[in-house]
Amino acid sequence: MSQSIKVALLGNPNTGKSSVFNVMTRLKQKVGNYPGITVEKKEGVCKLDDDFKARIFDLPGCYSLNANSIDESIVIELLLNKKDSDHPDLAIVVADVENLKRNLLLFTQVKGLGIPTILAINMSDQMKKRGIKIDVESLKKELDTQVVLISARNNKGFENLKKAIVQYKSISKKEIFDISTIEPNYFNDLGKTFPKESLYRLWLLIIQETNFTKLNRKRVTDTSEFRTLSSSALKKLQQKETVRRYILINEILRKTMETDPSKATGFGAALDRILLHKVFGYVIFFGVLMLIFESIYDFSSIPMDFIDISFTQLSNWYKSNLPPGNLTDLIAEGLIPGIGGVVIFVPQIALLFLFLALLEESGYMSRVIFLMDRGLRRFGLSGKSVVPLVSGTACAIPAVMATRNIENWRERLITILVTPFTTCAARLPVYAILIALVIPDVGMYQSLTLMGLYLLGFAAALVSAFILNKMLATSSKKAFIIEMPQYKIPLLRDVLYTIWEKTRSFIVEAGKIILAISILLWILASNGPGKNFSNAHQIVSSQYKDLTQSELDIKIQSHKLENSYIGHLGRSIEPVIAPLGFDWKIGIAIISSFAAREVFVGTLATIYSVDSDKQETIKNKMANEKRPDGSPLFTLASGISLMMFYAFALQCMSTLAIVRKETNTWKWPVAQLFAMTIIAYIASLTVFQILQ
Amino acid sequence: MISLDRLKKYQSAVIDRFETDKLPMKLIEMGCIPGNEITLLHQAPFKGPIYLKVDQSYLAIYKETAKNIIVRLIS
Repeated sequence: MSQSIKVALLGNPNTGKSSVFNVMTRLKQKVGNYPGITVEKKEGVCKLDDDFKARIFDLPGCYSLNANSIDESIVIELLLNKKDSDHPDLAIVVADVENLKRNLLLFTQVKGLGIPTILAINMSDQMKKRGIKIDVESLKKELDTQVVLISARNNKGFENLKKAIVQYKSISKKEIFDISTIEPNYFNDLGKTFPKESLYRLWLLIIQETNFTKLNRKRVTDTSEFRTLSSSALKKLQQKETVRRYILINEILRKTMETDPSKATGFGAALDRILLHKVFGYVIFFGVLMLIFESIYDFSSIPMDFIDISFTQLSNWYKSNLPPGNLTDLIAEGLIPGIGGVVIFVPQIALLFLFLALLEESGYMSRVIFLMDRGLRRFGLSGKSVVPLVSGTACAIPAVMATRNIENWRERLITILVTPFTTCAARLPVYAILIALVIPDVGMYQSLTLMGLYLLGFAAALVSAFILNKMLATSSKKAFIIEMPQYKIPLLRDVLYTIWEKTRSFIVEAGKIILAISILLWILASNGPGKNFSNAHQIVSSQYKDLTQSELDIKIQSHKLENSYIGHLGRSIEPVIAPLGFDWKIGIAIISSFAAREVFVGTLATIYSVDSDKQETIKNKMANEKRPDGSPLFTLASGISLMMFYAFALQCMSTLAIVRKETNTWKWPVAQLFAMTIIAYIASLTVFQILQ
Repeated sequence: MISLDRLKKYQSAVIDRFETDKLPMKLIEMGCIPGNEITLLHQAPFKGPIYLKVDQSYLAIYKETAKNIIVRLIS
């Protein structure tokens, strides 16, 4: 009969726990979110032998069961709640051989819960080099469990680990640290009040000071027979517990582990001296940033152009090979370009996550935080926010995804909300044509304007971060403590898996929203109410008698767009946008460009019946546009006003979709959309009214 | 005896006691416990964080946190 057990994988951050998970599950994993929060939930299956499987849960990394963060409380909740459908039959604590002492702190706590707990010592391939010797047999006795040496880097030791899992029933459930020794009277009381329960489990409930969890803590702390302690007394007890556990651990390690200090390498220290240097450290980091930026801005354009051309050709092929009709149009002009609009982001996302995975896995990211934290902290951002903010200059989609690596939710949220202000590549075509149109081509005015727009983007991001930092209430001020892990060479398998997983989740989760909105926009643009739309062909041909067929087609297209639903929408918002210096045609272009900002130029080209992708032609046509009173439409005032609008407005459905995915709610993307549109409106209004 | 924030680069000391009982638990879990050795490895520019080795852990904290940790210099 086939059997299946549930196994929880636990461990400190930076122990290679995820690599262990990748090896055990052979990369067959499900990644989701814990309900209501944005911590990743990972599950996979490990085949132990022919009829024995283990469902493995890769729990968030944690240093202890003391619940200092949301991540840790997820772990505690799962381990304490026997009714949870994912409650494990067995726990595996993954430890790093070079940090065994600290890792054992977590181990002794998990072992205290009455769940069989295996210790898997990872990176055992490093033992010889580091002069570490471990007496595994006596460690098994001391810890009263199975101990397995593994190496996720070399795929070693996993057969032994699987054997240990199969025999999980023979593993002792006894604790090795008696919690009552830290304060005998107090725990005596507790035991008398709840005689049938484990003291350590009760203790964990009591110290859940921040009630992240659904667990009922009050049933313990509100029991009148039981003497409760003040929170500072509890904190002192918690400290005492940790100190006592370390005394036990030191004793165990003295008997079972030998370290030759002469083998300690100075490699990491030497690298730190360069990478954290007060001058070179920053020079190197900005070099790395430039490389990342170049890749997602420049190198990715090659595959992106290829994707663009392929989808256009596919759409044309479809149109010319299938019978004309509404369904063909929907597929050729709505669906295929819509899917293309999702796939086009893949090169940028893959490249950015290649770099992010390398930065994280190598240990360099912690050094970046060390260098950058001071400057960004006053804006409520993390040292890690630098990468999303700079990547945002290429595209906000991968940049928002890159905030995943910021542990603190508040800092992460602020970064997500302000990143779309940075000047992304899609704004460039809009800026380029407007600058060419309204800024005189003398001296350096044009390039200075463009530079000013880039700086404005960064300034808007920082200022809004500063304001958000003041606005978003802090529940508790967290002290800054980050681990500076040892430098490691990233594992190719893990890096590639990260890229695959991020790309996949983008296509599945954000892709469907992008596709839905783009099809909706297409339907609105290619359908219209009344005869003006349906009889476009007749109306235009009777108006222009002596045009060639292709000239006539362009006029018809323009007429259709003006009378489509989007055309009507554009007209109806004219009273609102007139104070900004925009007419209804610009209104149509603004609505259409919600698909992507660069669509603005193409839409104006259609409206002005320009049969060319050439910027020069479109520009000349725009320069000749007149208002009803005969004055030119595009002046310095209306041009800069439009630039301001595109600088600040969240004119991008893909950004909305990705923010929805990353924050796990519609609340933030909708708030972001409103706030940015209002800021854009006020900025444009002010500029136009002053310059006019 | 000095507070940890006054330690100079590459100077080592032994943790003596804490001036506050509100020291973050995470710090204690990382091995910041009286009796353990602590070394200052780097100081970030612009009064940024300090980078320490304490027991077997390498970590970075702010000076304001370090002020509450009293250490005894190792001569």
